[in-house]
Amino acid sequence: MIRFGQVYKRYPGGHEALQDVSFDIAKGEMVYLTGHSGAGKSTLLKLVAAIERPTSGSVLINGHNIRAIKREAIPALRRNIGLIFQDHKLLFDRSAFDNVLLPLQISGFDHREAAKRVRAALDKVGLLTREKANPIALSGGEQQRLCIARAIVSRPDILLADEPTGNLDADYSSEILNIFKSFHQVGVTLLISTHDQTVLQRFPARALHLDHGVLQQGASA
Amino acid sequence: MKLLREHLQVLQATLRRLWLTPGASLLNMTIIGIALSLPVGAYVLLKSVQQLASSVAETPQISVFLDAGKRDPELRALKDRLEGNERIARVEFVSRDAALQQLQQSTGVSDMIGDLPHNPLPDTFIIYPKVTDTKAMEALYQELQSWKQFDHVQLDSAWIKKLDALLDLGRLTTAILATTLSLALIAITFNTIRLQILTRRDEIEVTKLIGASDSFIRRPFLYFGLLQGLTGGVVAWLLVSASLWLLNGSLANLTQLYASDFQLHPLTLPDSLALFAFSGYLGWLGAWFSVSQHLWQIEPR
Repeated sequence: MIRFGQVYKRYPGGHEALQDVSFDIAKGEMVYLTGHSGAGKSTLLKLVAAIERPTSGSVLINGHNIRAIKREAIPALRRNIGLIFQDHKLLFDRSAFDNVLLPLQISGFDHREAAKRVRAALDKVGLLTREKANPIALSGGEQQRLCIARAIVSRPDILLADEPTGNLDADYSSEILNIFKSFHQVGVTLLISTHDQTVLQRFPARALHLDHGVLQQGASA
Repeated sequence: MKLLREHLQVLQATLRRLWLTPGASLLNMTIIGIALSLPVGAYVLLKSVQQLASSVAETPQISVFLDAGKRDPELRALKDRLEGNERIARVEFVSRDAALQQLQQSTGVSDMIGDLPHNPLPDTFIIYPKVTDTKAMEALYQELQSWKQFDHVQLDSAWIKKLDALLDLGRLTTAILATTLSLALIAITFNTIRLQILTRRDEIEVTKLIGASDSFIRRPFLYFGLLQGLTGGVVAWLLVSASLWLLNGSLANLTQLYASDFQLHPLTLPDSLALFAFSGYLGWLGAWFSVSQHLWQIEPR
């Protein structure tokens, strides 16, 4: 599903964010991406979502090569990827419901069908009672869960989560990881970046460890 | 079906956005409306004058005024000779008595004429030429002028020509006005949309991240431009119609004095529709320029 082959990413100015990174993630696999901050975790996720392009090497997502992908083909690729951001990137000019509705509006869903799906997604993350609330009125954990609801509402094949438990205390983290587990069980491919070792201990899975942009071999839990 | 639904959703959202900022929306619509009402008003004025001109002079004529004291046989001979000319279609004789009567019937001067000791008007031939182009008219006019029997020959199309030249000037002025103010409309929309894009930067970035295509992102802005232009057109229509109504009220008093039924014609249905279509299109165009200029600058990081 996700295949990196000798990927280098150099930013303008010469900073080498990723060096010779190669790995494979099969369909339905749940994989952690670990490493200190600045190790290249975010860059790697950005390559998967075609937010950045590799300087060299190949990034294959569901058969699409990100290095050569046409600008017009990116939206279709992203619709199949659920993105969960550390800073949530919620829109504060609309309700929680409308935030989750956005991906379905983009894919042009029928309104009634879309409403059903939005409520199902909100239910899944335990926010069904808060659908009318403005995201700004939600707690940090709730905002993170709302972000997850938005990522999963269009039922993508791949979920990318950038430090999803970064600012949360242990209870909230477990809650969110339980949600991820349930997606893993229904066959969604998950790539979760984290620097939180306790997460790995409590919910063990394969881990890719980055150190200064280099993938450490044999790192797995 | 899906596309229609998407467009309806965008339309709804755009209307809501217009509604949420009533002050700014109203201001923009008024500015656009005023800008458009100037050329539209000028156009209406021109059209009315043009219609007046064409109703007065459907076919150009030459009036030939005769020396006083011509006898009937002499007149008949002249008429025959004129009718024999292959360039003349028809000749109408207006006797000086008939001319006086006509003049008396028209308003304003009847009292004056009653005081005259004798009829000052000459016998007149009104000549309708076969040819109507300016050159041929001029040639016929020259020929008639050389006839000794005629006191004065007058080409009645002369003032029409002057009016036409004036109308041309008016048309050109209107066209210049329309062009510059259309550019203003595009500029206004361009700027409105630019500000909107800047304030909605986060939203654009997020929608790009979750897979919105460029056309999806562009659509609400284009709709906004279209609607703003369209409502501006409606404002212009209202302004022009109200002005015409007011002007026609006082114009009626004036034209009555001149025994004319001249009035400014209201905007016809096709003209109104053309105005709406044009203003909407210009708004759309301004939005399109703005979007293509600014949207690509917003890429998720």
